[in-house]
Formats: sequence, structure tokens, C-alpha cells
Amino acid sequence: MTVAIGPTFRLGVRGLLQHKLRAALTMLGVLFGVSSVVAMLAIGEGASWEAQEQIRQLGSTNILIQSIKPAEDKRATGQNQRVTIYGLTDEDLDRIQETVPDLRETVPVRELRYEVRYGKRMVRPRILGTLPNYFDVTGRRLDEGRLLCDDDHIDASNVCVMTSDIAKILFPFETSIGKIIKIGAEAFRVVGTIQPKTVNIGPAAAAKDVEGEVFVALRTVRRWFGSVTAKLRPGVREFELVELHQIVAQINDVENVEASAKAIREVVSRYHTDAKKDYEVVVPLELLQRARETKRIFNIVLGSIAGISLLVGGIGIMNVMLATVTERTREIGIRRALGAKRKHIILQFLVETVVLSACGGVLGVGLGIAIPGAVEKLANIKTIVTPAFPILAFGISVAVGIIFGIYPAWRAAMMDPVEALRHE
Amino acid sequence: MGLSTVDPVALFEDVRKEYPMGENTVIALDGLDLRIGRGEYWAIMGTSGSGKSTLLNILGCLDRPSSGRLTLAGRDVAALDDDELSELRNEAIGFVFQSFNLIPQLTVLENIEVPFLYRRTAPVDARKKAIDLLDRVGLASRMKHRPTELSGGQQQRVAIARALLNDPALLLADEATGNLDSTTARDILNLIDELHAEGKTIVLVTHDRAVGERADRILNLKDGRVAGIEEMRQSAAGSARR
Ligand SMILES: Nc1ncnc2c1ncn2[C@@H]1O[C@H](COP(=O)(O)OP(=O)(O)OP(=O)(O)O)[C@@H](O)[C@H]1O
Ligand SMILES: [Mg+2]
Repeated sequence: MTVAIGPTFRLGVRGLLQHKLRAALTMLGVLFGVSSVVAMLAIGEGASWEAQEQIRQLGSTNILIQSIKPAEDKRATGQNQRVTIYGLTDEDLDRIQETVPDLRETVPVRELRYEVRYGKRMVRPRILGTLPNYFDVTGRRLDEGRLLCDDDHIDASNVCVMTSDIAKILFPFETSIGKIIKIGAEAFRVVGTIQPKTVNIGPAAAAKDVEGEVFVALRTVRRWFGSVTAKLRPGVREFELVELHQIVAQINDVENVEASAKAIREVVSRYHTDAKKDYEVVVPLELLQRARETKRIFNIVLGSIAGISLLVGGIGIMNVMLATVTERTREIGIRRALGAKRKHIILQFLVETVVLSACGGVLGVGLGIAIPGAVEKLANIKTIVTPAFPILAFGISVAVGIIFGIYPAWRAAMMDPVEALRHE
Repeated sequence: MGLSTVDPVALFEDVRKEYPMGENTVIALDGLDLRIGRGEYWAIMGTSGSGKSTLLNILGCLDRPSSGRLTLAGRDVAALDDDELSELRNEAIGFVFQSFNLIPQLTVLENIEVPFLYRRTAPVDARKKAIDLLDRVGLASRMKHRPTELSGGQQQRVAIARALLNDPALLLADEATGNLDSTTARDILNLIDELHAEGKTIVLVTHDRAVGERADRILNLKDGRVAGIEEMRQSAAGSARR
């Protein structure tokens, strides 16, 4: 096309600036549509990233069985001292090992909460009593020193491995390896550090910050800390007796995860009443499916918002452009008299429409990037904005401009020059 | 130079223009025959509704005859499509209107440059050419102004500069001085005289006998037909020599 886009573009912008309010109102639809597109993609991307990250950390072949505290028992009220017994037991572990097919490994985990001190520094991480194969099964990586070994378990030795984040708090200026720390009242030697987790899984998943962890051999934990944890609340002394907080079952093949999960649910439920359910089974593969479901719902909701906004926005733009064309009938006549071809007129109005919707698109992309940030803060949903999303969303706004601009532009181009010139 | 020996710029042969108006049709041009030679200066006169504007619009390729044949610079207009007519308007024809018809959003200079936008090949010194033309009509100092900031006479001079931008062979003016006072009108007509002297073919529609008499010939229209052609005194030898 011979006509220069430059002047046409400048003219389009000037036309919009002449009617700022009208242009701003016209842009709104596209603005919301485009921002919904960006938000939708960012939330969807965040959900699947999180699921994949969980799978990466848990292992797609792992199944987690965790103890959960059952709903408060009404009969217990009034007592100022009580013991709650719940959760998984060593027998559960045995039964799983005996009955579940395709099992490669199982790892029991006992979890405690104690203060961990080194000199004046103190942290309150999760203390996990487990077997040495925990690290291999859950794919945790060594940072420094060594992991727990079989002898640590057999001897119930006072050694521990901690995540590097708490190691940094306790030992900001020196290496943690070989240092003696206190867990509760007991002294432990730090033998290694591992990389911290980046996402939480299971009941703690809602907690925003990933907490540090200290790993100790299961027998060591049993030896020093027993099975009872005491909780002090105002007026009530509460004891909890939980044998195992978690059992990680590793299945030999992804194919068998579903069947094994079913078997595990069955075998565990047989010895735990459903009425007071004190455990849950977490299957990372199912998490992924759930993430997909979340993503799908967000896509439907935001996709509809985006679609409707873009449609309404597009119609609004078309409406305004039809008015503009009528307003500028005489200008069209003048340009035709001076030699503008129909395609020149089409291009002129199309460029103006696209400038209008693309402005809405740019603002929409801005808002669309801000929304996931807010959603992340308020709803605690992970969101990810990749560079492709704003580009795609902007492209959509341009497409809306072209689609809804074609008709007004065509109307302008088909005007009879003589009639147009006579127009008041 | 005799009219018949000059290769015509425009040749009307039995041109009719009808407008359907409900049941009946309005006949704006009723079998018009006319030959406009290169470098000639015509004035078209006639009562209101006699078809003057219709004739000018058809001559300017803004409109097509209902029947009959119009040959422009040797080409049968009926055979040209919309794009080709646009090109012809752009390259060969300059329009000057009674109501100036400048684009209000554009500055004076931008208005003058509009015909460049639609040329197949824009000249290298486009801006300079536009400024030179503005200079020629005496408005170089106003090039950044908007049309509404100019007087009527100034606006019409801008419109003439715009009409001249692509160096058209044919300049058409429909009541170009109709909205101007007599002094301003005289300036505009002097400018048109100059252009005629430079060899442009000029067709000017007017109600004003005094304006018409500045042309070589006056074509009197009545009800869409040629009612008579008056040769003005200087026309016989004038047009070729000037
Ligand atoms: N678009 C149209 N539809 C119907 N009739 C038309 C149209 N354009 C012109 N006419 C009619 O054609 C005839 C000639 O009109 P034209 O505009 O050529 O007259 P004119 O000589 O220029 O008149 P004026 O001096 O008032 O400008 C008139 O009767 C007019 O009503
Ligand atoms: Mg007229």
C-alpha cells in the first residue's frame, strides 16, 4: 500500500486525543478483557507450576499418608487435662508393606516441634524423625556434609541434618558441620545440610512460608522424645499421642500409582474409623489433576469474562467508530476528492480503531500483570506471568481493533464522494 | 490556436446525469456535448439547479455520467475503476470548493500535503514543495496554524495550494469566490489567472458575471443543456500566448 502508516498513525492518535473521555470509556471493555486474559493465563500457569513443583519434590511415584488431628471431641470438654491419641501407627506401616503391591520403599516420619538452639540463636523448625532412605525417596539434595545413614538409626545416635536456611540462621558466619546444637534439652551434632523445600505439601500447604526442617533418625527421636507431645493452652494441658505423622510410600512405576493409592486407602481405612478420620492420603499425581481442574475453572471464569469484555468492548469500539465516520463524512469526501482510494480510507479508520483498542490493550496488560500479583497476595495462589502472555493479550487487543474496525472503515470507504462532500 | 486543433483535455459526448427521486427522475445533465482544450479557461454559468456542479463533479471524476461518454486526457472514464479514477483525481485534477474544505484537525501545511499521501510515488522533496506552494500563496508564516485560525480568503488560498500540489493539468473551482468579499475574491481570481497563464486548464463555476468574464469562454447552462457559449474578447489569440 502506498499510503504511509506514519502520518495515518499520528492522525489516529490525534483523533483520539481530541475526544479523550470518549476514547477512555471506549477502551474499558478491551482493557478488562485483555487484563482478564493475562490474569487467567498467569493463574493457570502458576497452578500447573505449583503442581509440577510438588511432583518434582514429592516424586511422581510417591504417595503420602499423613496423620491429621480429627475434629475436636465434645466429650473431652470440661477436663483440664486430656490425651488425644490419633494418627498413623507402626502397624499401619507394617500392613502397608505387607499388602500394597508394587511398593518399592516406605519411609515413616515422626514430626515434632522443639526449639533448636546454638548459643544465643534459636529457631523453631519441624523436627523430623525418619529413616535414612527418606532423602532418596523424596529426592532431597545434599548441600554440605553427609545425610543420615543406617548406623545413625541403629545406634540412635544424636546427629542431625538440617535445611540450609536454618543452618544460615544458626550459623551465619561459620560452617554448621560438626557443631553441637540443642534440640529441646538434648545435644545433637550437625552432620549435614540439605536444600530447603520451595513449596509446602499437605496440611501445612496453606502456610505461606516454607519452614526449616531438622532431620534426626527415627530411633533417636523415639529414644529422647517418646511418642507424646504436650501442648499447653490456657487452662488446659493437652497431650497428643501420635506414633507416625507421615508415611511416604514409593511405588515402582508411575503406571501403578493409582492402583497402589487405592490399595493404601483401603488398608489404612480398615483400621481407622471414617467418622473420626485421622489420616489423609496425598497422591501427587492427583494434585496435578486437581491443579488442572483449578486451572480449568479459572480458564472458564476468566475466559468468559475476557470473552464478554472483548465482545462488548469491540462492539463499543465499533459504535464509536461508526459515529466518528459519520462525524467525519466531509473529511472522507475531501480525501476522496484529493485522490484517496477506498483502501486508503479503510486503512485510515482501521489504524484509528486499532490504535484505540491497542491503547486499551496496553493498559489492560498493565492491569493484567497487576491482578496476578494481588491474587497471589490475597488468595495465596501462585501466579506466573511469562513474557508470552502480555504479547498474546496485546495481540488480541489489536485483533479486536481490526475485527470491529473493519465494518466502520468499510462504511467510510464506500461513501459516495459527492454525497460526502455535500455533508454538513 | 483554434479549439479544434487542440488535443482536448476533456470531451463530453451526449453526457446525461439522472438522479432517481422516488417515482420520477431528476435530470441534472441532459445530453451535454462539450470539448475543453488544453490550457483553456472556462467559466460555467447558469441558474441554480441548472447542473453546473453536476458537470464539474463528472469532469472531476467524483461522479460518473448516467449515460454518454466522457473522455479525459484520451481515456474513456467509463472504463476506469474506482482506484483508477482516484489516481486520476490525485494526479491530474485539482479541486477548489466554495466552502474551502480544509480538514480541521490538520495544520495548514498538513492540509496541503494530503494529496501526497495518496500518490503512488511520493517525491523526495515533498515537504519543500508544500512549503514553496504555501509561500506562493503568501501563507508560509501560517503553516503551523489550524484552518479555523485563518480568514476565509486565507483558507481558500491554502485550498488552492493544496489543489496545485501534484501539479494537475486541470483545475476545477466550484464557486471558489462565493463565500468571499470582493477584494479577497479578486486576489483569488488573480491567482487563478496566474495559473492559467502558466498553462493550466481551468474550469470555474460561478454565479457572478464579472467573475465569468475573466475566463476565455463562458458556458451557459440551462436545465442541464448547453444554452450558449460566449467567447470573451481576449480568448481568440489569448490562451495560447499567455
Ligand atoms: N444527489 C442528488 N440527488 C438528486 N438530485 C440531485 C442530486 N444532485 C443534484 N441533483 C439535482 O440536479 C440538478 C442540478 O444540480 P446541481 O447541483 O448541478 O446544480 P447547480 O447548477 O450547481 O446549482 P447551484 O447553482 O445552486 O449550485 C438539481 O435539480 C438538483 O436538485
Ligand atoms: Mg452548485
